[in-house]
Amino acid sequence: MVVRRRPQRGHRFTESPVLQLALQGWRSRTVGLLLMTAFLTLVARGFYLQVIHNDFLQEKGDSRYRRDIEISASRGKIVDRNGDMLAVSTPMKSIWAIPGDARTMNASQKRQLAEMLDMNVRELDGKLASDKTFTYVKRQVSPETADRIAAIKFPGVHQEKEYRRFYPTGDMTAHIVGFTGVDDKGLEGVELAFQNSLFGHPGSRTVIRDRRGSIVEDVGATKPPQDGKDVRLALDSKIQYLAYSQLKNAVETNNAKAGGAIVIDARTGEVLALANWPTYNPNNRERLSGAQLRNRAITDTFEPGSVMKPFTAALALEKGKVRFDTVINTAPGRLTIGSATISDAHPHGALSVAEIIQKSSNVGTAKIALGFSPQEMWELFDSLGFGQAPNLGFPGEVNGRLRPWKNWRPIEQATMSYGHGISVSLIQLARAYTVFARDGELMPLSLTKIDDAPPHGARIFSPQTMRELRVMLEMAVQPEGTAPKARVPGYRVGGKTGTAYKVEGGVYARKYVASFVGIAPISEPRLVVAVMIDEPSGGAHYGGDVAGPAFSQIAGGALRTLGVPPDAPIQVAEAASGKGKL
Amino acid sequence: MLRFNMILLLAVVVCALGVVTSQHRARKLFQALEAEQERVRQLDVEYGQLQLEMSTWATHPRIEKIARDRLHMVTPDAVGRVIQAQAPAKKGAR
Repeated sequence: MVVRRRPQRGHRFTESPVLQLALQGWRSRTVGLLLMTAFLTLVARGFYLQVIHNDFLQEKGDSRYRRDIEISASRGKIVDRNGDMLAVSTPMKSIWAIPGDARTMNASQKRQLAEMLDMNVRELDGKLASDKTFTYVKRQVSPETADRIAAIKFPGVHQEKEYRRFYPTGDMTAHIVGFTGVDDKGLEGVELAFQNSLFGHPGSRTVIRDRRGSIVEDVGATKPPQDGKDVRLALDSKIQYLAYSQLKNAVETNNAKAGGAIVIDARTGEVLALANWPTYNPNNRERLSGAQLRNRAITDTFEPGSVMKPFTAALALEKGKVRFDTVINTAPGRLTIGSATISDAHPHGALSVAEIIQKSSNVGTAKIALGFSPQEMWELFDSLGFGQAPNLGFPGEVNGRLRPWKNWRPIEQATMSYGHGISVSLIQLARAYTVFARDGELMPLSLTKIDDAPPHGARIFSPQTMRELRVMLEMAVQPEGTAPKARVPGYRVGGKTGTAYKVEGGVYARKYVASFVGIAPISEPRLVVAVMIDEPSGGAHYGGDVAGPAFSQIAGGALRTLGVPPDAPIQVAEAASGKGKL
Repeated sequence: MLRFNMILLLAVVVCALGVVTSQHRARKLFQALEAEQERVRQLDVEYGQLQLEMSTWATHPRIEKIARDRLHMVTPDAVGRVIQAQAPAKKGAR
């Protein structure tokens, strides 16, 4: 406060002696200028802080109390058609460290940490020796262990939430379900094919934390996490188990190299089972070999052999070239076209078309096939889906090989009629057989469960032709046919064997692929089952002996599981009488 | 005038204190909400783990092994089986 002192000598203000002083004008102007400069400097500084540098300072301020936290989202489950778990994620912790800080641990702390993580101290030291600012000590640690580690508060040791994928069904469904990498990225199978819908998008929120680190307020917008969607496969885990165990059994008893089996619901085109052998345990993927990982049923092609014959016969019936009972002379079991000779494994005499399929005569089929133009045959194979990927959306689907008809030679046309010179995958073969089960309709296949009305496929053959073909396929599993071992007690089934030589380095080796593709039950087809055994070397090598029994077991078990009533004449007297009254 | 100003000042102080307490209570409640949500997450996790455990116990190979080895069960052969799957069949069998 200004202390006003009365002037000692009274005189008026206008007479103040100070005003009388004739000071130079520049002095006051200098003072004014100085003050103005100081003021402008302040304004400029204020402008700089508030406007130009604002973002940086705001950020610094926020970082004192605001935190962005990520809200993790879990990956969708994969379940089978009945809701049984095939793949599920469960949270785990990863333990990471800031090596510089963590090195301050004393020896006993290190020993304790290493012990808790199931590592040895040297391993731990190795991880902490890095000069980066971040290193994973161990990933996928169980939550219990992680909690115990958190309670001890090791210096520089932190944890982070992550997920681990478990596959309760293990090796049984390994090929179809596939697996994910450590960052929830699908690497194989359905995990890869449905990565986009399975993947969970993590959300985020901005919060204010108090001094103790607990969240006290949400600020700004919250982005909710989007959990991945569950995928419900068409797979039936019971039928899958059946297919898997029977396939394994067939591969082992025949001392074979590999095998594949597929079960398709003929009414909807759903894939009920898809098994391969050898397989692997997706929960423990150390020491995996390429052979184990291969999903043979989808990604491997082979020359199918005689399983193709029914298609040739169907085309001949459809075009009116032959009738069901047209007799064709297959004697003497050899047919020479150009410089090549086709022969039958067991020579037969005159056979009807039906018997050619039943007894699987190469010569007979070739004779039928030579009645077509190459284009007709190519169109048949093409319309059955050979030579094009089956479009399941599965990784690694193959096209198979179907050469353009323009440069077919007659001998090739003849061999193709019985499945040589063309290569297909097992799933293409199984799909093509849906025409027999569906009165001529080729069903589109589906890996996922179909809830609404099943789709319709393209019609390729007439229902009449298919009825006749079903009779032929049923004849093939009779005692006079090639696959009596494929019969299923209680049900009428039909199918065709295939025994093909393998091509190695451009020539046919003495190695075989034995296969059987069949439909069951014949009276009202419900299933298409395809079995392929690669390089059987346990004595038998014919499709009927190697793949037939597996077909019988898989089809029989699957029909029972699905509750399909038996359609074969029943042997039990009591039941037969009941049937009689119907 | 002075008295009126003092009353206003008092009112302002009371309001300010009110804001502080309600903010404090809001944060308390928010923390409680957070804690409950955390519990929800944990129960969810536990549910997932239990489901996983259940499906691990219920795998088909394990069931078959127990049924065959421990309980000595067998699949009945076709002769010993009478299937009455659909209603008409039952009616026919009477």
